[in-house]
Amino acid sequence: MRRVLLSFVALFGALLAPHSARAADMKAELQKPTELTFWTWVPNIEKEVKAFEQAYPNIKVKLVNVGQGAAHYQKLRTVLKSGQGAPDVAQIEFQYIPSFVITKSLLDLSPYLPLERFKKSYPDWIASQVVSDNHIWAVPQDSGPMGMVYRKDLLEQAGISVPKTWKEFADAARAYHQKNPDSYLTNIPPNDPGHWVGLLWQAGSRPFGQASKDTLKINLGDPAAKKAVAFWEQLIKEGVVSVDPGWTDAWFQGLASGKYASWLTAAWGPVFLQGTAKKTAGMWACAPLPQWDGGKSISGNWGGSTDAVLATTKHKVAATELARWINQEKEPALMFANEQFLFPVNNATLTDPAFVEQEAPFYGGQKVNKLFVEISNTVPKDFQWSPIQDFIFSIGPDIFGQALSKQGDLGAALDAWNDAVVKYATQQGFKTTK
Amino acid sequence: MSTGSTAIGGARRRDSQRRQRRHQTLAGVLFILPALALFVLLLVGPLLYALYLSFFSQRLIGDNLFVGLDNYLYALQDAEFGQGLLRMLLFLVVQVPIMLGLALVFALLLDSGRLWLARLIRLGVFIPYAVPSVVAALMWGFLYGKDFGLLGQLGRTFGIAMPRFLGSELILASIGNVVTWTYAGYNMVILYSALQTVPSELYEAAGIDGAGPIRLALSIKLPLLRPALLLCTIFSVIGSFQLFNEPSILRAAAPDAISSSYTPNLYIYRLAFQDQRLNYAAALSFLLGLVVFVLSYVVTGAARRRLT
Repeated sequence: MRRVLLSFVALFGALLAPHSARAADMKAELQKPTELTFWTWVPNIEKEVKAFEQAYPNIKVKLVNVGQGAAHYQKLRTVLKSGQGAPDVAQIEFQYIPSFVITKSLLDLSPYLPLERFKKSYPDWIASQVVSDNHIWAVPQDSGPMGMVYRKDLLEQAGISVPKTWKEFADAARAYHQKNPDSYLTNIPPNDPGHWVGLLWQAGSRPFGQASKDTLKINLGDPAAKKAVAFWEQLIKEGVVSVDPGWTDAWFQGLASGKYASWLTAAWGPVFLQGTAKKTAGMWACAPLPQWDGGKSISGNWGGSTDAVLATTKHKVAATELARWINQEKEPALMFANEQFLFPVNNATLTDPAFVEQEAPFYGGQKVNKLFVEISNTVPKDFQWSPIQDFIFSIGPDIFGQALSKQGDLGAALDAWNDAVVKYATQQGFKTTK
Repeated sequence: MSTGSTAIGGARRRDSQRRQRRHQTLAGVLFILPALALFVLLLVGPLLYALYLSFFSQRLIGDNLFVGLDNYLYALQDAEFGQGLLRMLLFLVVQVPIMLGLALVFALLLDSGRLWLARLIRLGVFIPYAVPSVVAALMWGFLYGKDFGLLGQLGRTFGIAMPRFLGSELILASIGNVVTWTYAGYNMVILYSALQTVPSELYEAAGIDGAGPIRLALSIKLPLLRPALLLCTIFSVIGSFQLFNEPSILRAAAPDAISSSYTPNLYIYRLAFQDQRLNYAAALSFLLGLVVFVLSYVVTGAARRRLT
């Protein structure tokens, strides 16, 4: 009887164990010699990882770059499916988090990270993309609030003022192309669904979502989207906006040589201009995206990554701490922002003067971080991604992209894209709704 | 008594002969065993596993179900797959004759002994085959580029308007060009080696009859090359339908012209590793294999009939 009572008391006591006991357990875990594997394609991330290894001398991190974007996800999904060879921590962009949650591939971090404090550390629209049902699926790393990065000198030469609304943009595009027949105000790539969706996000379109465990919301042709694509279709048909494929050699050369006078891109855009377009440093400036409604200030988001812990990891505590430390601690977070030009997601960094007041030489000394912080606050937070996002993004260029490069009917292309996605979702056992 | 001793001697000889044969058979089997083991493990095993996968269907929502021939039936009305197949058929019908024609011409020229710097030319025509196809595709991607590619720049220097090699109208021809450039040398070597086996008496006899080099080529070399040509044709048929490397690499330079299902193999790759539809991909692979098998059979049959 006494033994039963004692064990009951012990159990009761264990359940009521204060948070500090759990924290002490975790601290002990982090002192054990561990080797973690980290798959990421962020350039120069060795710096932040080295700082982590200095903070935790018994943890060694093996950094592997298995490719950028689609190549990385193909390998990740394949090793997860095979059950062997998966890393402990992996970089996963916001839009693909639901697709990894649905296959139960991610470790829920809420036992290790206090939920309320976590949610408060980030702007609402960031937190809502990694937290669902009180589960924390990943630690946000950077985001991609969209702005208009433009060549000050080219616009001045053509006598064009920076457009504030899309109507002004259309007029500016026509005027610019007339003065510079070999150059375009901007380029809409036929192979970059992330870019299109960011613009649709700004226009008020909400094409994706998960209504319930087995019901997906798929509505790629909603009125806001149709309005936006009709706008672009007009400019493309007039030939004042180009539709060259992005991320190709020719496209980088185009940015470097002034073929495109502006790039409707995310805050991380300049990372890619440091290479080929290096010689144009200082000639760029940044402004908010032109608005649909002159009075308002709305943006969209393109990309942005998180670091997630995979459910197959054998070192749950250490992996969680790696993901958390490099993205939340002040020193590495500031490094990401200032040295790698990743746009920060932590409220702490977003309000840190060391970040906000920076004058960027690439933008001719403009306080571009301050501008993007303001833009970041105008990104609507009700945008959702789909658990079949990788299919959506891989079939997009085949259907919608083809229509772009052929200067065709973009409204019909949106509908065709929608149909293909619904067909795939149904095949995979989902029900769909608009 | 002599019959008995011969009989016993004969039996002993037969026994030892049988033992020798058994030893030889055993030795033979042991020699093949490693290669056979690798063959079964790395080829037959995965094939059987893929066959098994093709009869099931694993979806994101739901269990792994046995679906019998459903995947195959679906594949038969899959427009993307059908388009890819037709595209490869077109590719085959145009590119293979051109490539084999070039290989034949080079082989005959080399064999005629009238070519200056024959060894250099032989090496030069063969070298593209030694270039890894990834490197070749990257190089051609640069050459074909509209604004900054080499051909485009040459065109601008001489005031000639260069066609859009990476545009959707010409991309198949551009890929065909890369494949021809790569494999003409390979086929040439096969044909040239076959020509070395032609007995020289035939040439002497033809020379006595007054045949010139062209007559020699047409009436003697060409007919005797038929088996080698057939071999090259079959390799090319199989290669065309399995086209993957060149469109896959060129996709980065021409993403709007090359869709993710441009060739059947690209489509299968996307289904397996991007869409994670392994079962359907397995079924398609078998279907593609069947198509290639049937086509090779048809080509061989047609050629054989013309031989006899």
